[in-house]
Amino acid sequence: CGFSGPVLDVLRCRPGWQQARNEEEWDFLWCDVSWLRENFDHVYLEEHVRICHFRNHYELSRKNYLVKNLKRFRKQLEREAGKLEAARCDFFPKTFELPLEYHLFVEEFRKKPGTTWIMKPVGRSQGKGIFLFRKLKDIFDWKMVSMTVCSVWEITGEGDSSQKDETQIETYVVQRYIENPYLIGGRKFDLRVYILVTSYSPLKAWLYRDGFARFSSMRFTLNSIDDHYVHLTNVAVQKTAPDYDPEKGCKWMIQQLRQYLTARHGTGLVEVLFADMDNIFIKSLQSVQKVIISDKRCFELYGYDILIDRDLKPWLLEVNASPSLAASSQEDYELKCHLLEDTLHVVDMEGRLTGKEKRVGGFDLIWNDGPVSRGGNLGALVNGNFVANTHLGCFNDRKKQLKELFGNLPA
Amino acid sequence: MLEQDSGLSLTIARIVQRLKGSSLHSQLERQARISLHNPEIKLESLKEDIKDFLKTSGWEKKLQNAVYSELNVFPSPCHPAAPPEHMKEPLAYMRKAQGSWEKRILKSLNSMCTELSIPLAQKRPASEQKELLNKWNEMGTDEPDLSLFRPVYAPKDFLEVLMNLRNPNYENGEQLSFRNHLGLIQVPLKVKDIPELKEDFSELDLNVGQLGIDDSAQVPPEFFENEHVRIGQKVLAEQDSAAAQQYVRQGCPTALRADLWALILNISNQPEDILYYEQLKSNVIQHDLLVDSLIYKDVKLTASNDDYYFVFEDYLYQVLLCFSRDTSVLEHFAYSSATPPKSYIRGKLGIEEYAVFYPPNGVIPFHGFSMYVAPLCFLYHEPSKLYQIFREMYVRFFFRLHSISSHPSGIVSLCLLFETLLQTHLPQLFYHLREIGAQPLRISFKWMVRAFSGYLATDQLLLLWDRILGYNSLEILAVLAAAVFAFRAVNLMEVTSLAAAEAVLADLSTLKVMPLLQIFLFATVT
Repeated sequence: CGFSGPVLDVLRCRPGWQQARNEEEWDFLWCDVSWLRENFDHVYLEEHVRICHFRNHYELSRKNYLVKNLKRFRKQLEREAGKLEAARCDFFPKTFELPLEYHLFVEEFRKKPGTTWIMKPVGRSQGKGIFLFRKLKDIFDWKMVSMTVCSVWEITGEGDSSQKDETQIETYVVQRYIENPYLIGGRKFDLRVYILVTSYSPLKAWLYRDGFARFSSMRFTLNSIDDHYVHLTNVAVQKTAPDYDPEKGCKWMIQQLRQYLTARHGTGLVEVLFADMDNIFIKSLQSVQKVIISDKRCFELYGYDILIDRDLKPWLLEVNASPSLAASSQEDYELKCHLLEDTLHVVDMEGRLTGKEKRVGGFDLIWNDGPVSRGGNLGALVNGNFVANTHLGCFNDRKKQLKELFGNLPA
Repeated sequence: MLEQDSGLSLTIARIVQRLKGSSLHSQLERQARISLHNPEIKLESLKEDIKDFLKTSGWEKKLQNAVYSELNVFPSPCHPAAPPEHMKEPLAYMRKAQGSWEKRILKSLNSMCTELSIPLAQKRPASEQKELLNKWNEMGTDEPDLSLFRPVYAPKDFLEVLMNLRNPNYENGEQLSFRNHLGLIQVPLKVKDIPELKEDFSELDLNVGQLGIDDSAQVPPEFFENEHVRIGQKVLAEQDSAAAQQYVRQGCPTALRADLWALILNISNQPEDILYYEQLKSNVIQHDLLVDSLIYKDVKLTASNDDYYFVFEDYLYQVLLCFSRDTSVLEHFAYSSATPPKSYIRGKLGIEEYAVFYPPNGVIPFHGFSMYVAPLCFLYHEPSKLYQIFREMYVRFFFRLHSISSHPSGIVSLCLLFETLLQTHLPQLFYHLREIGAQPLRISFKWMVRAFSGYLATDQLLLLWDRILGYNSLEILAVLAAAVFAFRAVNLMEVTSLAAAEAVLADLSTLKVMPLLQIFLFATVT
């Protein structure tokens, strides 16, 4: 097991669980995506095992695939339910895959001169290789290199598409940069929210009540973009690499944020904001529901990155299939341990749950092949108003809830 | 009866005089003049008609709020013949102690000044002014060299002074025994006991709904919360200060808190207030004060290190730098035991015509001062409004936490109240801690001086400050401090050193204040 910190601690402490040594048979595997890629197709996995990734999770976590899936889903929704419903998918800033959609991008770019765009490599994380620009000439150099390589491929006809992606040409997405982020104390921040999916068909998803807001250490200004490449240092610093959190206290718990926003804007607007975020989670999962290879043995804990703009509209930045579980502070460590513990409770290898639970520890069931309402039992018809069973940023009394759920078994 | 009448007329006279020159007065005059155009106003009954008009248009309410505000802030004059010092502080030995404390602080400031050869105040060169103006919204990015500056004093220095306070007219020759007070504060001030506190804080009783208790996840909102919010909205619609003050005793809903506090403190952010703030800002740009560096250092040491307040660093500079130039703050010295320090233009030492108050607002910041402002940043985002709220909170409450006086909300009384409560109701704990050299006040003093800012979780702190505003008193800080000790009594009984006791009480961030207060006041067998 290559993980230290919360993952190892939680797994080791779980009553009745033992760490399997190399080559031994295992029942539960917490792995990283590279292991999955190498081994999943070749290893025989029994019915009862659980593994922490879906085979093709990249449909959600790689930026270019996510864009593709969302666009397709939106079209489908427009056909089936009309423009209004489709508009609820507009939480992803306009994005194009490069070099594939370069011409489409230029068309859009020319429509609105002066907007800022951001380039992100699809395969990399932690802010590496990201930059902003406002003029087409800034990406000219980049374009020349990749287009040349593209034409080389065409001429020689060598290599299949997956090789192209990962080795020679790097695929990028270019996205409209959100120029009016919500600022607190003059600083930009984004939200990290955790969603656990235990099944895609039918879709069953849980939302964790805790999460955090990561603040930029620099005051937000558009001035530094200018006419050249600027590395987005605030994004790079705030990505969850554990050794990259030098200042103590760059984060707020989501509860704090929710309180601050309520004090500033009132409960009504804040509830709408959080409902819009619920919408992001559900729609994004629905968009990949049909493409993800469903497997009873798989589950996945996603880290969603959300940005709120000054009109209190949430935007989806990206979805991480391997959210960092390393801890940057004591509070952070506790959050991640609790998160993992509750994940294991939901996965329920011990077979203690009935399947009718709407809440396990800090997780609330938000989608069970349909929306889940707050009151009443699972599956019961709801009279009157539907209130979603989501409690992001609300009080998390998980210990008490777990005790009620599991009786006196240690949580 | 006669005394009461003359006291009342004195109060009325004083309030009228204070309000006469205020902007409210001129606004009322203007409104009255405008109302002459109304058809309902008739010449025969001019006075009555104008009064009715002011009533219906909400202006009478504004006047009421202003009067209420004055009553809250200024103490009633004790006796027509009493000299002005008595309004500041009736007890002579307290005045003397405050005076020598102030001398010490000023000496410390002056010596830092000479050591570093930095003038107390100087005009900024034009280039520096321009730079500061550009950076006004992000002063936190500055990294000036503050290593040579030290805070003028820290709370524990102040505690030492308070411990040595003695009333020269009170001879307590008896041996110290359990009959006497065994705490650090040895002055005979009258403090309330639990029955009196129960009466004063009756709205915190077990059978009264509270925010902080009855709005928790398990309690359905129909039970208390919804109704309470509805009433809060009504209070805000009526714009009634007195009603608001009564209302917040049960806590403020998060969404309404900013407006309710502004109503209680009678802050309306008029154009002239914004202008005044801008004026202060230009004062900051033009002149550099030594205390600015002290403020910088304090913010960097305290608020910037806090897990939640670090975000508001820039706001803190904007408020505190302006605060130190605000001469209107000098007015509060009329009812504070403190006196603003004076400084003299170079070379004119002792010559009164060349004396200025230093800093201009007369308040020298100490270590932790910026924590008074930090929680307010959660509620107010417009700098001038944030500034006014802070200033009003300071001249109503916070100044009492670092000046020596006999006022029931003064820090001396709070310390004595805390120690008395603890000794009376948890005598075993008190005795034990004293025996191991961990006098409880040594631990709780810093909480009270800062009004618990930075020690409690923000939402809990705001619930606590709701009650400070609601009851117009700081006594609740002492009660909470005692309640915290009561809560952790079991652990504290097992410690054997001051350091261990500090460790048990180091982290208050998980505490819920309202249940603690309720249990201590209303559910403990006395």
